[in-house]
Amino acid sequence: MPLLQVKNLKTYYQTARGYVKAVDGVNFQIEEGEVFGLAGESGCGKTTVALSIIRLLPPGGRIIDGKIIFNDKNILTMSEEDIRKIRWKKIAIVFQGAMNALNPVIKVGDQIVEAITTHENVSKEDAWKRTEKLFEMVGIDPSRAKDYPHEFSGGMKQRVMIAMALACNPQLLIADEPATALDVIVQAQILKLMRELQRKMNLSMMLITHDLSIIAETCNKVAIMYAGKIVEYADTKRIFRDPQHPYTRGLINAFPSIRGPKRKLISIPGTPPDLLNPPSGCRFHPRCPYTNDKCKKIEPELKDIGERHYVACHMSW
Amino acid sequence: MSLQKLMEEHIKSLREFANTFFKNKFGVIGVAILSVFIFMAIFAPQISPYNPMDVKSIGVGKPFSPPAWIKIFNKDIPDDSVFGIMGTDELGRDIFSQIIYGSRISLIVGFAASFTAVFIGTIIGLIAGYYGGIIDEVLMRFADILLIIPGLPLMIVLAAILGPSIRNIILVIGITSWPSIARIIRSQVLTVKEMKFVEFARAAGCGDNYIIFKHILPNVMPLVYVNAAINIANAILIEAGLSFLGLGDPNNISWGMMLFFAEQYQALLRLAWWYIFPPGICILLVVLSFIFIGHALDEILNPRLRLRR
Amino acid sequence: MPHVVVISMVDEVLKVINLKKYFTLRRGLLTSLIKREPPKVKAVDGVSFNVKRGEIFGLAGESGCGKTTTGRCILRLIEPTSGKIIFDGKDITNLSQGELKPLRKDMQIIFQDPYESLNPRMRVRDIIAEPLRIQRICKSRREEEEMVMKMLEEVELTPPEEFMNRLPHELSGGQRQRVAVARAFILKPKLIVADEPVSMLDISIRSEVLNVMLRERDTYGTSIIFITHDLSLARHICERIAIMYLGKIIEMGDVETILQEPKHPYTQALTAAVPIPDPDHKREIIPIKGEVPSALNPPSGCRFHPRCPYAKDTCGKIEPETITLEDGRLIACHLYTGK
Ligand SMILES: Nc1ncnc2c1ncn2[C@@H]1O[C@H](COP(=O)(O)OP(=O)(O)OP(=O)(O)O)[C@@H](O)[C@H]1O
Ligand SMILES: Nc1ncnc2c1ncn2[C@@H]1O[C@H](COP(=O)(O)OP(=O)(O)OP(=O)(O)O)[C@@H](O)[C@H]1O
Ligand code: SF4
Ligand SMILES: [Mg+2]
Ligand SMILES: [Mg+2]
Repeated sequence: MPLLQVKNLKTYYQTARGYVKAVDGVNFQIEEGEVFGLAGESGCGKTTVALSIIRLLPPGGRIIDGKIIFNDKNILTMSEEDIRKIRWKKIAIVFQGAMNALNPVIKVGDQIVEAITTHENVSKEDAWKRTEKLFEMVGIDPSRAKDYPHEFSGGMKQRVMIAMALACNPQLLIADEPATALDVIVQAQILKLMRELQRKMNLSMMLITHDLSIIAETCNKVAIMYAGKIVEYADTKRIFRDPQHPYTRGLINAFPSIRGPKRKLISIPGTPPDLLNPPSGCRFHPRCPYTNDKCKKIEPELKDIGERHYVACHMSW
Repeated sequence: MSLQKLMEEHIKSLREFANTFFKNKFGVIGVAILSVFIFMAIFAPQISPYNPMDVKSIGVGKPFSPPAWIKIFNKDIPDDSVFGIMGTDELGRDIFSQIIYGSRISLIVGFAASFTAVFIGTIIGLIAGYYGGIIDEVLMRFADILLIIPGLPLMIVLAAILGPSIRNIILVIGITSWPSIARIIRSQVLTVKEMKFVEFARAAGCGDNYIIFKHILPNVMPLVYVNAAINIANAILIEAGLSFLGLGDPNNISWGMMLFFAEQYQALLRLAWWYIFPPGICILLVVLSFIFIGHALDEILNPRLRLRR
Repeated sequence: MPHVVVISMVDEVLKVINLKKYFTLRRGLLTSLIKREPPKVKAVDGVSFNVKRGEIFGLAGESGCGKTTTGRCILRLIEPTSGKIIFDGKDITNLSQGELKPLRKDMQIIFQDPYESLNPRMRVRDIIAEPLRIQRICKSRREEEEMVMKMLEEVELTPPEEFMNRLPHELSGGQRQRVAVARAFILKPKLIVADEPVSMLDISIRSEVLNVMLRERDTYGTSIIFITHDLSLARHICERIAIMYLGKIIEMGDVETILQEPKHPYTQALTAAVPIPDPDHKREIIPIKGEVPSALNPPSGCRFHPRCPYAKDTCGKIEPETITLEDGRLIACHLYTGK
């Protein structure tokens, strides 16, 4: 029984110009202790998937259809009260760019203490002790808990966000672009920390990123998203060794590597579509080198082509 | 062929702008009210039934006659004691005609004074913002001084010194209201000048003047329009105020001056409401129309406001 | 050293000698009364390198190490504090902006942010033609239009008629960046500073912009200073590379040499930290402590010493000078100076 199952999730944003179909029929599952990667370019709907799972969509965002089953219960039909018991305690999230959202006038430690005491019935002293332990766990000297956010570097702030997310021993940690906007060395430190914590706590993790190299290093499974849909979903090694969807292939070819043979970088022609009016049929068809009539008309389904390797493409590979 | 296409593009964008503007409620109301007054001002000689300054010409009524339609409510008033649609003033002149001619003064003063203020304010804001440093300090300190001195007393003194004439009123308003515009423009210039396309232009060898007028000015223009609209409203109010205090041009009747005379001849005590309400309401309407237009322009041209919707 | 200048005319388009740029921070009135010396950000602190004709020279390093500042100083878009910039055999360090104007024809820049680098109120044709107009290259409007059209075709914004009259907001990020490339190349400059030209674009369209840029440079033989923080990308684009740390170049040489066999401890840490898009590849991470210190108070001696796993006593005291190793690379580290 998987820990989390997302079935046919559809989340749209209502805007003045119509519905933005940010997530449009997404399926995947996360097993216990697994690190699942959700990859795709900017604006393809990754963050929206994450926010749907914890039901914290911005105004205008609405879940239209689908099921999100966590521990055998459908999150989407839960009462607001029940979801509050799950959010942060069972499913914690490190929001995209959250490190810049720390309140500048409150001591970092106090911000974590406040988060703990609002969610759990513990005294301030106990919460503070726990905060110091968390600091140690993410590799910051506990004495720094009395500092203000501006005294922290970007990497340290991100560590604080991870500490905050892990405060209640969640079963599932969602990390939305946890290393973006950090320098490579700090990025490597953060990812290393996350891998270690995952192993130590046997966490299930969902890692959202646009950077395939980070997926390659961190995740067991990966789903590639394009324009609100998952186009390919499989074991990480399989996807990199034997990518099937033309978009996945294009994306892998577009990634330069610092090791291995030097090759010419290949781009995917065209630009990602406008999700207000996504293309008919396969959403990738205007950019795909193999497009045929069927692609333009019929939407391909995500099909298992063997060994749990799912591909949504009309070409029979 | 390409020129034609350019024209088409240009026209298309104008039309697009007009479309968005007329979808804006405030914009539509503002333009509607304003068009009525502009029409009045242009066709004043044709519309007004009498010469507004004429006391002796035939048909002009007794002093302080109420409007003729008052008879609907009170049949006892004799026919020769009522006059026209808005009644008469202390000399028996037709108030309706005065209102119509008064729109000319209000609009001329409004547009001209605001143009002067916006012109000076924009130039000074551009220079101060672009060059920064000591130039900026000097110009802005000067603007601050003007801003700190209470506006009306300064204008009263200036108007009194320069003497009452339309040109002087325009000058006085223009000179005293540029500083706030200069400040707004300057702060916008400060943001625009840090944008990369300015550095891009400098890397191509563009000089300062070229950059100011080709790159920075077009990007602060929306702000200039918005401020111009709001400033017209302001200028019209100030003109009314100065005229009400007796500092207006005696050769040209304006709404403010009508209120001045109404006050002088104790229209309030005589309960001559028809002498007070028309100029008051007209001032209010014209000022509101410009504020509405300014608001609509701001909403359309200022992308930050637009994003919020 | 006049003879250096003469030699450089042959095969070097740019020579930067000991370039420094200190930004003086503005302070409040009160603090400036108390302390005498205003705080200075040593953004670039003694950088020397040269760029060969037709070469793509990479300038890499973490955020805030002074890459952009170096690029802007070279083009004299900001005034260097000290040092020398010799462009095409001519010392341009002290030329006035007026004297620089004709030289601007030969040096251009491409910025990172496609949304800020084009004037939102100018049409594509005017944006691309602006350098032509400023330098008074074209004799007629027709000639100008032809050049703009040709350029649009070269950067694959086709058909050019369709893009000529667009405003920037009618273009995607990748298209905008190609307009910026067209504009930078239209005068066939000898040197272009490309400051992270694709780092804000989606991965799937990056290589398109890069390939356009590389083809233009092949056509015109332009030298490019390619500023980037992405070492994987630098490896694919550049021929030589300089690694910067806190305002200094700490290692410089052939790109494969530097990235595959880094010798400086910082370069080693940096290259090891780059993730690799291959799940079979297990990289060993060199543990280095902490993060880049502030450029306001850079550490004494070797600026990397507080984080360096190999630091010895001398490292904190004496600044390592730059030396050349047998394989031709330049390096500034006491492990190699023998001190
Ligand atoms: N509050 C909102 N209102 C309307 N549209 C939105 C809103 N938030 C996101 N969108 C749109 O929904 C789509 C998906 O957005 P989302 O933030 O999920 O993408 P993402 O994959 O996380 O992108 P990124 O990598 O840039 O974070 C985008 O096209 C975006 O423009
Ligand atoms: N105008 C300025 N005034 C003061 N300090 C500045 C200014 N411009 C840059 N700096 C400082 O100089 C240092 C180098 O900045 P620079 O922009 O050159 O770095 P960079 O290597 O280009 O970084 P990034 O990768 O973030 O673009 C930084 O510490 C920065 O804060
Ligand atoms: S000089 Fe010393 S501190 Fe600096 S990198 Fe070399 S060994 Fe490390
Ligand atoms: Mg996101
Ligand atoms: Mg930079």
